Amino acid sequence: MNDYTKYLASRVTAGGLSRREFMGRAMAAGITLAVADKLFTESAEAAEPKRGGHLKLGLEGGAATDSKDPAKFLSQVMFCIGRCWGDMLVESDPLTGAAVPSLAESWEPSKDAATWTFKIRKGVKFHDGKELTIDDVVATLKRHTDAKSESGALGVLGSIKEIKADGGNLVLTLSEGNADMPLLLSDYHLVIQPNGGVDDPLASIGTGPYKMTSFEPGVRATFEKNKDDWRTDRGYVDSIEIIGMNDATARIAALSSGQVHYINRVDPKTVSLLKRAPNVEILSTSGRGHYVFIMHCDKAPFDNNDLRLALKYAMDRETMVKKILGGYGKVGNDFPINNTYALFPEGIEQRAYDPDKAAFHYKKSGHSGSVLLRTSEVAFPGGVDAAVLYQESCKKAGIEIEVKREPGDGYWTNVWNVQPFSTSYWGGRPTQDQMYSTAYLSTADWNDTKFKRPDFDKLLLQARSELDEAKRKDMYRTMAMTVRDEGGVILPMFNDFVNASTKQVKGYVHDIGNDMSNGYVATRVWLDA
Amino acid sequence: MTNPAPSILPGLGFRQRFPLLALILERFVLSIVLLFAVSIVIFGGLEALPGDFATTYLGQSATPQAVANIREDLGLNRPITTRYVEWLGNAVQGDFGTSWASKNSVSEQIGKRLGNSLFLAGFAAVISVPLAVGLGMLSVHFRNRLPDKIINVISLAAISLPEFFVGYLLILFFAVKFGVATFPATVYDSMGFVERLKAIALPTATLVLVVLAHMMRMTRAAILSVMSSAYMETAELKGLGAFRSIVKHAAPNALAPIINVIALTLAYLVVGVVVVEVVFVYPGMGQYMVDAVTVRDMPVVQACGLIFAAVYIFLNMTADILAIIANPRLRHPR
Repeated sequence: MNDYTKYLASRVTAGGLSRREFMGRAMAAGITLAVADKLFTESAEAAEPKRGGHLKLGLEGGAATDSKDPAKFLSQVMFCIGRCWGDMLVESDPLTGAAVPSLAESWEPSKDAATWTFKIRKGVKFHDGKELTIDDVVATLKRHTDAKSESGALGVLGSIKEIKADGGNLVLTLSEGNADMPLLLSDYHLVIQPNGGVDDPLASIGTGPYKMTSFEPGVRATFEKNKDDWRTDRGYVDSIEIIGMNDATARIAALSSGQVHYINRVDPKTVSLLKRAPNVEILSTSGRGHYVFIMHCDKAPFDNNDLRLALKYAMDRETMVKKILGGYGKVGNDFPINNTYALFPEGIEQRAYDPDKAAFHYKKSGHSGSVLLRTSEVAFPGGVDAAVLYQESCKKAGIEIEVKREPGDGYWTNVWNVQPFSTSYWGGRPTQDQMYSTAYLSTADWNDTKFKRPDFDKLLLQARSELDEAKRKDMYRTMAMTVRDEGGVILPMFNDFVNASTKQVKGYVHDIGNDMSNGYVATRVWLDA
Repeated sequence: MTNPAPSILPGLGFRQRFPLLALILERFVLSIVLLFAVSIVIFGGLEALPGDFATTYLGQSATPQAVANIREDLGLNRPITTRYVEWLGNAVQGDFGTSWASKNSVSEQIGKRLGNSLFLAGFAAVISVPLAVGLGMLSVHFRNRLPDKIINVISLAAISLPEFFVGYLLILFFAVKFGVATFPATVYDSMGFVERLKAIALPTATLVLVVLAHMMRMTRAAILSVMSSAYMETAELKGLGAFRSIVKHAAPNALAPIINVIALTLAYLVVGVVVVEVVFVYPGMGQYMVDAVTVRDMPVVQACGLIFAAVYIFLNMTADILAIIANPRLRHPR
């Protein structure tokens, strides 16, 4: 059994796959009918999902300022809450990150990938009993793409020129080709609401597996099972309670005393302590978030590629992952993509700590004197420690780093994207295209390394509308190499999502898409008594 | 009060005729002026904070378009004085506007949150104030003997530990190890009264431990300083029992400083429990303000700041007035 079939089997165990879906995918993965059949039966029997029970989550990232309007979802708690009551048109596959159907049954691009036709599922009911129509879908997308909108998805959907209904289908016309369009629609802001939520954006009425029964921003939200859910492979518990717990110690205390079933954001420093609690399970999932040291390519002394290379070679990635992430992460390779992305360019040589090469490039750059690095605890957890560690590893290469600790308040306004060398954090994006477009395109607002390369931009736009996957993968490889060898980012590590649950929680799906099982944790797990 | 027949002395003004009332009025007016000054400081201070709401709130998902939309929407482009006058005018009428982030009415939210905070603070006060004053008297009675020493050591220990540490210890023992207490102390609308009391048991215990020592030691010190005065010696010489002389003669004269420390403690219980609220996941004012500061949700921060200031000023004023009533000498400033 290879990893993929193992994963499929675990999805069956988790109740996430029907027999038919399982057989289809297993056979596509090269397994014979008989074996697949046996595998399915075994997996299904291994742990039949149990229904019922009251699931309690203690989550960091809620605030009194949270809004129920999906357009304004921002915090981790709202991300998770939205996934409980709402559905998007498209979801992403937990293992591959590819687009899979949700409220959109299927889709078809035009040849230039600039026009997309989505077939909308029939017979789906909103929580208020009204049937989902194409008009609701159109209205939702229109609300989020309105130029006056304050939607968090506004940037993602920027290239949509026209949204219209064609019979039962949704037709999107883009200003330029985009092969990733379906995946973009899986953005967590794009919950399909009755009439797009125009009448009452705060109503929290959707097509999801749970109905919201109460909500106090930053405090608590409760849900009950939606009996008319259009899917049977989710929503196992009867009711959900999400409690906002922003204090890390409080979360750990609540979990180890069994008062909640699941907590997010476990500090890597305390994982080993939490592991000792008998009823606790650590859930660590590879993610796309990464910690970065950013140099502005257009400001001295960082406008010199040799200096940039020297600083890259002087980074001890292994130690960073071990010390700063407590081992819960993977080393980075100086470009913002890892193997959780579809079309990840494999086989690029891993850059390692090399004081000699660093010293060579440093000398070649002609720079002398110390290099000023600004950092703060808010840049990423352990940001200051990481800067000091880096200072040490640079010393061995003969490079002197001056670490300046900046106040956390206002760091994102006054330091990040302003000062030429600082530490920062990126949360990852659903697609490679989006990651590069947000932070590496010459014209991007958040181009925080001031990386301006017309050839790179051209390739990015070409790859965007390229429907041939092999060609596209090749383009992404070239782009990765450019950023890695000539860009202004030092990317030592990708951090894992570290969460924890009690042992009663079963069927947890490690979703590469995002934290907390891509927000779906409450709808995917069940409770074993 | 001091002059029963004002009509006989026609030349006297209001102040001479009603000195107590005049003093109280004076304090009151002073408080209002102070509150007004505080409102300017709050508004100006927040204006000067680095980072603005639009960018902070949207974070890395912000596009210049969305930022501009928000700034326009909130009227942030208007001059600061216009916004200040408008804000103060509404605040005086109890309208703190709507939260920029959640678009909920701030007054409504604060009503709920302040209720929660007052509930917790009130409960802690009901337990700690009598306990502190009682223990203070007890330790004076047994001064320099074993009970006094025990009370002193314990209270010193409690005051030396930061409240989050006391909180964590209580959680560790009562919630995690023995599993007898409710945790987290999240309260919500549909909760019954008894359930609520259970939920706040641990935070209340933390607060009591933290504030007890201060009040108790102040009570002890104040009574002891009175005890060394001549009239206490007289009381002793005329054969009054020790405890009776403390309660009857010393305590009333030590009231002013005791009232003062109690008022400050009460103010602390309402305003300063941010850490306790965060540790116990209690939805009170402190937590509300912290959330709002994080995203620069100004209407909320301003409202919280103003209310916190009002609580402090009001309790201080009350303490002053009570002290004046308790000690007739203070009515005639020399």
